[in-house]
Amino acid sequence: MDAGRKILLLLAVPVLLIAAWWAATAGSTNFFWPPLAQIAGTFGETWFTGRFTADVLPSLARLLVGYLAAVVLGVGLGTAIGSSRTLRGLLEPVLEFFRAIPSPVLVPILMLFAGIGNEMKVLVIVSGCVWPVLLNTVEGVRALDEVLRDTARCYRLRRRSRLIHLVLRGASPQIAAGARQALSIGIILMVISEMFAASNGVGFTIIQFQRSFAIPQMWTGIIMLGLIGIVLSLIFRVVEARLLSWYTGLRMSQREG
Amino acid sequence: MTTTPIGAAARPETATAMLDVRGLKKVYEGRGRTVEAVRDLTFTVGSGELVCIVGPSGAGKTTLLRCIAGLLDCTSGEVVLEGEKVTGPPPGMAVVFQEYGRSLFPWMTVRQNVELPLKEKKVPKAERRRLVQEALEAVGLSEAQDAHPFQLSGGMQQRVAIARAVAYEPHLLLMDEPFAAVDAQTRADLEDLVRSLWKRLGVTVLFVTHDIDEAVYLGRRVIVLSSSPTVVLEEVTVDLPDERDQLTTRSLPRFAELRGHVYELVQQAKSGHRPAS
Repeated sequence: MDAGRKILLLLAVPVLLIAAWWAATAGSTNFFWPPLAQIAGTFGETWFTGRFTADVLPSLARLLVGYLAAVVLGVGLGTAIGSSRTLRGLLEPVLEFFRAIPSPVLVPILMLFAGIGNEMKVLVIVSGCVWPVLLNTVEGVRALDEVLRDTARCYRLRRRSRLIHLVLRGASPQIAAGARQALSIGIILMVISEMFAASNGVGFTIIQFQRSFAIPQMWTGIIMLGLIGIVLSLIFRVVEARLLSWYTGLRMSQREG
Repeated sequence: MTTTPIGAAARPETATAMLDVRGLKKVYEGRGRTVEAVRDLTFTVGSGELVCIVGPSGAGKTTLLRCIAGLLDCTSGEVVLEGEKVTGPPPGMAVVFQEYGRSLFPWMTVRQNVELPLKEKKVPKAERRRLVQEALEAVGLSEAQDAHPFQLSGGMQQRVAIARAVAYEPHLLLMDEPFAAVDAQTRADLEDLVRSLWKRLGVTVLFVTHDIDEAVYLGRRVIVLSSSPTVVLEEVTVDLPDERDQLTTRSLPRFAELRGHVYELVQQAKSGHRPAS
């Protein structure tokens, strides 16, 4: 498939959807469904006259800090739990319990402990993102190949090298799967944590627009969230492709063979 | 060849014991069920020897090998390698597993795979590079250094595993049915590779196989195991000329005799025959 065709296929559905939205709202006089043309027209002035640095960047910073903390925590705990049968037996029921609690309900509780500042929002993001990373890491570490483990033992790999070269690399496809899930959860929680109590952020801004009946601006906020999601997932895919190129190759060779 | 061969050492003519397996017994304890896999195994492998272990499937060959490698604790008896009792994977030992596809690190290139154990041994960089280079040359893979294992055929992957073992400069090389999963022609090539590496490096090789031809072709001695719970059925000395090749050696009358003898022993083992004790 040549590049032109690929781009065409990639963009076909988004273009169609936008066209449909445009056509459906073109002559709209409904206050809550402003024409897309009007929304698009206000997008630039809404977001790029100060709000990008005042709202978007703080949101992204909180997301980044919370997300990375969750990945580090999830991989660390997951590796420990995955490597130890005792630890697994002890913690599994507790983990299931905590995982089942939807993170948004933690917002009011975390507000009591951590206030309404950045700490609370980062904590909310961590508390939601950590689970998919943690559980996938546990599975990844458990599923490590026995022969590969034996090989590492026979060649007397030290603890540290075993952790880096065997356990973490071996579990990395599952860790990446967990991190991908965590990313979309992180974006959701970033917005939700800003809707409860905040003085800036994309979520906060959208609520402000809604409450002040700035409907086209509110719509631009939603579009902005979508765009943030696309950009972040693109970045994620680039990083993943670099780190897991061996895995893609391995899977392809297995499918052929 | 102008470079000195890896780990070249004069093969001592008077073989001192490299590996001593004494009264080895392994019982697996399951839930309410115990399985005696290995009952009583005693044998010695001299320094610089190439010994093959052959037995019917399910004879506990892999259990035995894992006990020797220190990957599995034995229930009683002991394994002594170079005078030291084996309690975990000992230094100076390398293992080539049957499942070549699963014993190479798929996220590393061929060179990184061979180099990793040397890094762990803290071999200096220049020395490391030389060992890796020579080992890959010895198995005929110096062109494939930067490939990932999955880009290679099965036989080539097993060559990488052999190169890794060779570069490690082990005193004892354990091979667990290493060619059971490669095609017949590749297998013949790899058998000759093992013979030539063994002769060049002076390493002691313990080669586990279920293939009788392979055992007789490769070994100086063939240890035939009974069916499980395992004991040694017989040790057969292979008095074939030291220079072996696939065509002439395999067509020697003596080869046929030895092969027939080992075949009979394995058949006896299958029918549950045990040596009178």
